[in-house]
Amino acid sequence: MIRLEKRKEPSKFWRIANPFLAVVLTMIAGGIMFAMLGKDPFVAIRLIFFDPIFSETFASYSRPQLLIKSAPLILIAVGLAIGFKANVWNIGAEGQYIIGALFGAGVALAFFPQPGWYIFPLMVLAGAFGGFLWAMIPAILKTRFNTNEILVSLLLVYVAERILAAMALGLMRNPDQPGFPGSRDLRRYEAAHNAELIANTGMHWGVVAAFIAVIFAYVIMTRHMLGFHVQLAGQAPRAARFAGVAPARLVVVCLGIAGALAGLAGMFEVSGPGGQVRIEFASGYGFTAIIVAFLGRLNPLGIVLAGFLLGLTYIGGELGQMMLQLPGAAIQVFQGMLLFFLLALDFQTNYRIRLTQGMRA
Amino acid sequence: MRMPLLRLEGLTKAYPGVVANDDVSFEIGTGQIHALLGENGAGKSTLVKMIYGLVKPDKGEMILRGQPFAPGQPSDARRNGVAMVFQHFSLFDAMDVAENVALGMENPPPLRDLARRIRDVSEDYGLPLDPSRLVGELSAGERQRVEIVRCLLQDPKLLIMDEPTSVLTPQEVDILFRTLRKLSSEGTSILYISHKLEEIRALCDEATILRGGHKIATCDPREKSARELAELMVGQVLHPPERPARPMGDVVLSVEKLSLKSNNPFGTSLKDISFTLRAGEVLGIAGVAGNGQDELLLMLSGELRAPSAQVKLKGLPVGHLGPNARRKRGLVSAPEERLGHAAAPDMSLTSNALLSASERKGLASRGFIDWSATESFAQQIIERFDVRTPGTHVLARALSGGNLQKFVIGREIELDPDVIVVNQPTWGVDAAAAATIRQALLDLAGKGAGVLVISQDLDELLEVADSFAALNEGRLSKVRPAKGLTVEEIGLMMGGAHDMHVAHEASA
Repeated sequence: MIRLEKRKEPSKFWRIANPFLAVVLTMIAGGIMFAMLGKDPFVAIRLIFFDPIFSETFASYSRPQLLIKSAPLILIAVGLAIGFKANVWNIGAEGQYIIGALFGAGVALAFFPQPGWYIFPLMVLAGAFGGFLWAMIPAILKTRFNTNEILVSLLLVYVAERILAAMALGLMRNPDQPGFPGSRDLRRYEAAHNAELIANTGMHWGVVAAFIAVIFAYVIMTRHMLGFHVQLAGQAPRAARFAGVAPARLVVVCLGIAGALAGLAGMFEVSGPGGQVRIEFASGYGFTAIIVAFLGRLNPLGIVLAGFLLGLTYIGGELGQMMLQLPGAAIQVFQGMLLFFLLALDFQTNYRIRLTQGMRA
Repeated sequence: MRMPLLRLEGLTKAYPGVVANDDVSFEIGTGQIHALLGENGAGKSTLVKMIYGLVKPDKGEMILRGQPFAPGQPSDARRNGVAMVFQHFSLFDAMDVAENVALGMENPPPLRDLARRIRDVSEDYGLPLDPSRLVGELSAGERQRVEIVRCLLQDPKLLIMDEPTSVLTPQEVDILFRTLRKLSSEGTSILYISHKLEEIRALCDEATILRGGHKIATCDPREKSARELAELMVGQVLHPPERPARPMGDVVLSVEKLSLKSNNPFGTSLKDISFTLRAGEVLGIAGVAGNGQDELLLMLSGELRAPSAQVKLKGLPVGHLGPNARRKRGLVSAPEERLGHAAAPDMSLTSNALLSASERKGLASRGFIDWSATESFAQQIIERFDVRTPGTHVLARALSGGNLQKFVIGREIELDPDVIVVNQPTWGVDAAAAATIRQALLDLAGKGAGVLVISQDLDELLEVADSFAALNEGRLSKVRPAKGLTVEEIGLMMGGAHDMHVAHEASA
């Protein structure tokens, strides 16, 4: 008979080992999936995980892409992780990302075509503010009316997507090209362009912001009372109240930080790699960042590694579509499997599986 | 000597890392009231779980009425006439008494017959119960009665009772004892688990004492003093706490006519509470569980806010302040629930030291935590209060109940408060640790702090308190000097056997 035994202390070994094991299992299960699609699994896995960085043919294009794809994931995941630690479940980062992008782009389009050093900083502030504002909706509904932030934040993603479509087709549409949906290309407006800081590296201001956020989050979580209270509220809510934590304030702070960071990510994307407000602007970073946060063990440094890995699957997925005609959805299945295996494996962090002789309990 | 009903021979049960029972043998006579005495962790629970078929022994055997007895599950035990009343009730609040009884029976009769039998049996044994009342409306004592009547309906030969008096007032205890004696005189054997020595001396014919999984002795408890029994149980000589005479100072804490709604839908709201606490005074507050103790602690710690002027600390209103603001002004507290309320189970002792001490110990400046100062503070608590642990990095949940309690109480005492409020400071704690904790509270009072002890353990309160009050359904009795109070008077302050009369009227 199989019995589960709760461990006296969570296993440190499995906490670290599980993310790696989850990646291996995902490769195996993904390989089987690719084989069933009639593709050579080894070629497909290599194409997704290794070729973007190591292949002579692809690397010159893919390597800079790695920073471009990973930075928003890391930026969003760092914010989400703080909330997750406090048991505040913001699932709507995608919406906050979109609204942040619209606020940032809105500032840029309002100043167009004026030059000015202050325009880009203003866009940064506006992007963060937009994401923050969008996150305040679930925060206030939760603290005032005790609604569930998972549902509210998730549903607001679809609202944000409709607003994005309305903006791309209406208010923000490029007046010089009325036949096409979408705004002006911000990459062609120098004062608003989030350009590469070092040519051909993919390094832009969003990458810088991501690393600042990682360091900031690390310091908050390990050295500051706010981080201590976040962990306390997540692990033992009654003990948190005993320690003087006001639960409502914590909900607002956690959602606010995550929303602002997601808004920043959206703003850096729309003013740089994305370039313009388009209907198909949102590419699922806000959802993938949830996987990044968990795969990185909600730890800022772990999130950097996980962000690069998931960024890699985006690039590898594009390569797979190009070279092997893999369906685009395959890569989402792949990312989903990663979270699935990780959560399943995490069981053994807290429990030990024992085989015992048959005995009635 | 009467014929033995149940003989245990060399029962042994080991869990990973601990031998819960090691070669335990004794006999329970027919109609005998047999006490099983021991501290927490002595192996009492494991032993009765083996008799009741919840746990299978690794070694040894049991002989019931001359036949080998090896129950594979509780229903086997029940079929053989073994019944058990657990310390924690397994009743459904939203169902009535008869339905709850039916749920626990192997072959329940139709509900109407069952209701009549419940009424008959409960009247016969002096435990009146109305079968049609909802369990959610019953007091703790009445709920226990439901469990007992459920057992009696199955006509048991052996009734196991696990710490039955912890939820009863002294008057209710008397009623229970009369019932148990009647059962015994009719030939039912009773295995009575407790660590309350006076009770055992009053009730039991024979006592088996366990310590660390071993049987230490089987004796007649009426021939031993409570002190002798305690020392057998604990294995060392116990010193009653010292109480140096001390002058009472000014009023440090006062609560005036405070009514407060509980934040818990199943909680008890506080009604018109008034008391004062002086510097150097130990005020004991008694009461059966669930009469507003949790709410009183939350209201004093600041987790529940009160109208500002109705709670005064050193003359200044603090009712509106949260826990940290009150700590800063000198009021600290230690809630009953160690794991999850007073301490975070999955955090280290260092983190748990920070939990309530950051303000008073200056462990954080502008929000940034001084971890090395926090760790030495945790180390200081561990040393001063003899917390047995490998170090400050250990998780709170890895500590035994007694050690964690010493840590939690120690943490608050080390904050050098003007007023400390503790709820159930020694609940589930071994005798040696309990003595340490009580002494520490008395020492703190000796240094001029006001100490408020909320407890369900009357012996404890009589040992430490200068003045005494009781909580009953959210109301606080008048505060009286503890000296000269009898157990009967205290019982009346706790509400006597009030629910007894209610049950009579309801069933009439």
